[in-house]
Amino acid sequence: MTDSTSSVSHLDLDESKKTFLDANELILNMGPQHPATHGVLRVILRLDGEKVLGLECVIGYLHRGVEKIAEHRTYTMFNPYVDRMDYVAAVSNGLGYCEAVEKLLNIEAPPRANYIRVILTELNRVASHQLWLGTHALDIGAMTPLFYTFRDREEILKIFEKYCGARLTTHAFRIGGCQYETYEGFEKDVKKFISFVAPKIDEYEELLTTNRIWVERTKNVGTISAKDCIAYGVTGPVLRASGVKWDIRKAQPYAAYSKFDFEVPTGQNGDTYDRYLVRMAEMRQSLRIIQQAVDGIPEGPIMAKVSKVMKPPVGEIYHSIEAPKGELGYFIVSDGSTQPYRVRVRPPSFVNLQALDLMCRGQLVADVIAVIGTLDIVLGEVDR
Amino acid sequence: MPDDTTSPAPPPEGGPKSAAEPPVPSGATAGSPSPVPPATPPAAAAEKPAAAAPPKPAPAKPAGPVPVVWESALVAKLKGQFGSGVEALTYLGQNYLQVDRSLIPNILQILRDEEQFDYCVDVTAVHYPKRERQFDVLWILYSFARNERVRVKTQIAEGEHIPSAVSIWPTANWLEREAYDMFGIQFVGHPELKRILLPDGWKGHPLRKDYGIIQQDQEWVQINLGIESGQ
Repeated sequence: MTDSTSSVSHLDLDESKKTFLDANELILNMGPQHPATHGVLRVILRLDGEKVLGLECVIGYLHRGVEKIAEHRTYTMFNPYVDRMDYVAAVSNGLGYCEAVEKLLNIEAPPRANYIRVILTELNRVASHQLWLGTHALDIGAMTPLFYTFRDREEILKIFEKYCGARLTTHAFRIGGCQYETYEGFEKDVKKFISFVAPKIDEYEELLTTNRIWVERTKNVGTISAKDCIAYGVTGPVLRASGVKWDIRKAQPYAAYSKFDFEVPTGQNGDTYDRYLVRMAEMRQSLRIIQQAVDGIPEGPIMAKVSKVMKPPVGEIYHSIEAPKGELGYFIVSDGSTQPYRVRVRPPSFVNLQALDLMCRGQLVADVIAVIGTLDIVLGEVDR
Repeated sequence: MPDDTTSPAPPPEGGPKSAAEPPVPSGATAGSPSPVPPATPPAAAAEKPAAAAPPKPAPAKPAGPVPVVWESALVAKLKGQFGSGVEALTYLGQNYLQVDRSLIPNILQILRDEEQFDYCVDVTAVHYPKRERQFDVLWILYSFARNERVRVKTQIAEGEHIPSAVSIWPTANWLEREAYDMFGIQFVGHPELKRILLPDGWKGHPLRKDYGIIQQDQEWVQINLGIESGQ
């Protein structure tokens, strides 16, 4: 495969400069096939004993050329592809894309569609955080949360399945609104889910929040300051755990988010433990939003008037949403034809992963696993 | 839905765009008619019968929104400093600056240091092969303090360099590597400009319009994967 010596050049590996004293520096390849890298991520670690002196990520193993594919598909045809980027939060991907194209077309989804979108997107946020928690805890050595979270996530996937027939890559939304009206008993199912999962989140916390092993493995691990977060463009729960109260749902509301009352949880220390707490609090806030949305869902059409053949006027647009992992943006250029001239996806996982080197320096090898977990990356989105 | 995209060769090139024209409608600078958003859907609907028909001259040009001049204290300041090298426009409520390539490191530095655009959201590019200066390079910026976004755009020709923004925002590191990987844009001053998503030895830059959708570096595939073709 690739020549590994050229890949590690910035780690300053000039053999001739080595003295006896730093001969114990070691290059360790982690991945790409490693269960704790959450996909196919290769990390080249430079170690002094167990201490990380620096690392480099090698990515691209899952590169499918999504942005190129977009240029050869119509706006509608590209819609299902976005689900395959961050496949654990497919609904969010679809929401961002549909809203971006709607902006370009200068149309707005009807209020009822926006409510349905919020409900499904927030359910997906809970599902994404549950999957993150289960795998993150498993990486660190706690096996039980994985079974708990996957058991409860199943209920969300069942709602998705009943709504649109798919569990993971849902393709739940269409440009202009939603294709499907909610099924009979949708509200009941969602309300039942809220009352079902709220105590479960307490249960997860019981397992972990004061668990001594968990606290030891996560406190002061992978600390990143607010300043560094901003400099490195890190967004989402990672940024908030460093104390920056910024959430696109509040800062630049989209869909129906301006209508709901919810908090933006933040942390202070910017370490792995705080990021855990922030995501736990976010799940509860998501349930709050879902509850309000189900209670207040208006009647009416679910689809705006959209031509079957979409030809957005010549121009370009950037639209971003708060995906479970951070700012997910779409930059779309239209040349007036039925196919986008360029679709650029601003993936939160890709940008957040860049901070891994900074967060791991000076930590132990075992902490690298914890930090990869706490960044909550999906390689399908990193590589696109 | 008609699928006319199976043939690999013709990329959907910007028909309406002529050489050296910004990718937004011309005549955008001043005195443009006020945007008439509601006109778009009916106009688009009128084209419905032409769905599968071959592209003939559009019967009615969709009266979509057009970019209008963006005026603000920030723009006035930049214009005062850089004069005609800066053009400030708003399209669908989104502000962007079309700037001269020579202004690039300075204007980005000022936006971060003096105007609080401390978060570099994205660095990317767009390829317009028919244009003299083929590439648009874009920086999407956000300011936490102002809760405001701005895009900075510049045009460069094939083979031209552009200063790296890594010293301004460390985020730009991977983003510029991706733009280099996909478009072959050279960012001068980048600490380590090499491919990021494609393998190091790969030839070609896939997001260029002249790179076919099923095209690949056959030689790389044969040597490294030991198979005849990746298709």
